[in-house]
Amino acid sequence: MAITIFVVPFSLLFIAFYVVPIGFAIYQSLLTVEREGTFGPATQVFGGLVQYIAVFQDGPFWESVGRVALFGIVQVPVMIGLALLFALLLDSPLVRGKKFFRLAFFAPYAVPGVIAAIMWGFLYSPTLSPFSAVTSNIAFLGAELVLWSIANIVTWVYVGYNMLIIYSALLAIPTEIYEAAKIDGANNLQVAMRIKIPLVMPALILTAVFSIIGTLQLLAEPQTLRSFSTAISSTFTPNLAVYTTASVPNYSLAAAFSVVLALATFALSFTFLRLTQRRAFAS
Amino acid sequence: MTTTQSPTAHTRSTSSRKGPMRENVLSRSAAMLIMGVFTIYFLTPIWWLLVSSTKRLDQFTSTAPLWFTPDSFVAFFDNIGRLFAYNDGIFGQWILNSVLYSGVGALLGTLFAAMCGYALAKYRFRGREVIFNVVLSGVLVPATALALPLFLIFSQIGLTNTYWAVFLPSLVSPFGVYLSRIFAAASVPDELIEAARLDGSGEVRTFFVLGVRLMSPALVTIFLFQFVLIWNNFFLPLIMLRDQALFPVTLGLFAWNSSIGQNPDLRLFVIVGAFVSIVPLIIAFLSLQRFWSSGLAAGSVK
Repeated sequence: MAITIFVVPFSLLFIAFYVVPIGFAIYQSLLTVEREGTFGPATQVFGGLVQYIAVFQDGPFWESVGRVALFGIVQVPVMIGLALLFALLLDSPLVRGKKFFRLAFFAPYAVPGVIAAIMWGFLYSPTLSPFSAVTSNIAFLGAELVLWSIANIVTWVYVGYNMLIIYSALLAIPTEIYEAAKIDGANNLQVAMRIKIPLVMPALILTAVFSIIGTLQLLAEPQTLRSFSTAISSTFTPNLAVYTTASVPNYSLAAAFSVVLALATFALSFTFLRLTQRRAFAS
Repeated sequence: MTTTQSPTAHTRSTSSRKGPMRENVLSRSAAMLIMGVFTIYFLTPIWWLLVSSTKRLDQFTSTAPLWFTPDSFVAFFDNIGRLFAYNDGIFGQWILNSVLYSGVGALLGTLFAAMCGYALAKYRFRGREVIFNVVLSGVLVPATALALPLFLIFSQIGLTNTYWAVFLPSLVSPFGVYLSRIFAAASVPDELIEAARLDGSGEVRTFFVLGVRLMSPALVTIFLFQFVLIWNNFFLPLIMLRDQALFPVTLGLFAWNSSIGQNPDLRLFVIVGAFVSIVPLIIAFLSLQRFWSSGLAAGSVK
């Protein structure tokens, strides 16, 4: 009885706002619009995998997938690497003023993606930036660099957050382990490489998985930067493509994009968890 | 430490006698240099936003961008007054909406997640593993993939462009269930529940009196996590809402920022509004930071 009271509210909401929408997306993606003659009324009919064929033939969508894949391959390791470096430094005896650095590095996490993109949009701007000597010579918002300018925004927001997760994991390591290593003559670097990093591996995996999910979902930052840069097309990232397609409105094709994207995200995170052979998510 | 000496005791005793001193100074300076450079990187944009919100519109490009002007103090309050007065005070409405969506949403979301996670950790019942595995898969489902189908469903029942459209989906936190389960398993001893049972306390009462108290560090983490998630959520309100009066502050600022082209005066409001909207969050975050640490550690160290 009590179990029912505990489990039912969450389960109902989960079914209503997770399971049903996923089912509905799949259903919608199997529909297609048919007209009688050229000007007849449009009706939705079952179209089988028509939309999925359209997805696989959609050049701009796959370009956007390639773009975020490139983004993820570069940005996720850089961000997690920096977060790990900061966490190790904070955990070492080398750094003074740890509390200050922890707060300063974490502060950008309080800035929502839209607002971070607005701030950096001004900072990148050739005329409005306080660093216009630099930005008028380097086109941060031009076609070649804009992807990496977005990567910088995402990194700026999330490094401190990931640092904090890894740092918490470091603090949880019992100090006896270090004493044992010191007696064996290990120096700080060796302790970091051979003891600390392997022990915080689950935290690294957790942060990496969340970052991969986040990368494939990129939307707020590029969408906001569109008012600063003409180099960001309406299909710049997969989610922008979904939004643009849904605004046409072509709900069935947009739903098919969503399904493909969700499956890809799921498969990628799952594979990553498997490959790393750790049970970061197991209880 | 930069040397890679062999970890055996006798090589160390010969090579590091005068090594550590010099090495320490060197690596300490290097470490502090790295931290210092990145402090500038992390804080400069926020500093720029603060300084810019103390400028009048015509001073924006004509004065030093990273320092105040003599009348900055007056201009700052003048800007804020104009921001909240603009367009019948729509900005205040947006802030209120965000607080409502995020505050109430995160509070209820945390409660539901905590109850479910607690039950999964503390009771054995049929379907327990199934529920947990389904919820875990939920953690890996990107929230933006749900936005479009949610919009389609909500438009069938006429709920788009209402508070509910953004509020209801925010109540679900699979990650919260995951964290609650781990934390309940680790911090709520079965003996205590048993003792409460012998004292005649009902199971639900036991959860609220005992469970909630023992799980509180994790609950604060889940609350903050969910609060930020809702506060930052962009796709769902973007796709659901057309009426400006329902916008959360991020979507409102996005809308203003997108129309700077037609109405250049909006630039001032975008900048001051961005500053006003992040200050409470930064303060809340920094003061609750230790909860983040303890709760997140529980989730990841496992």
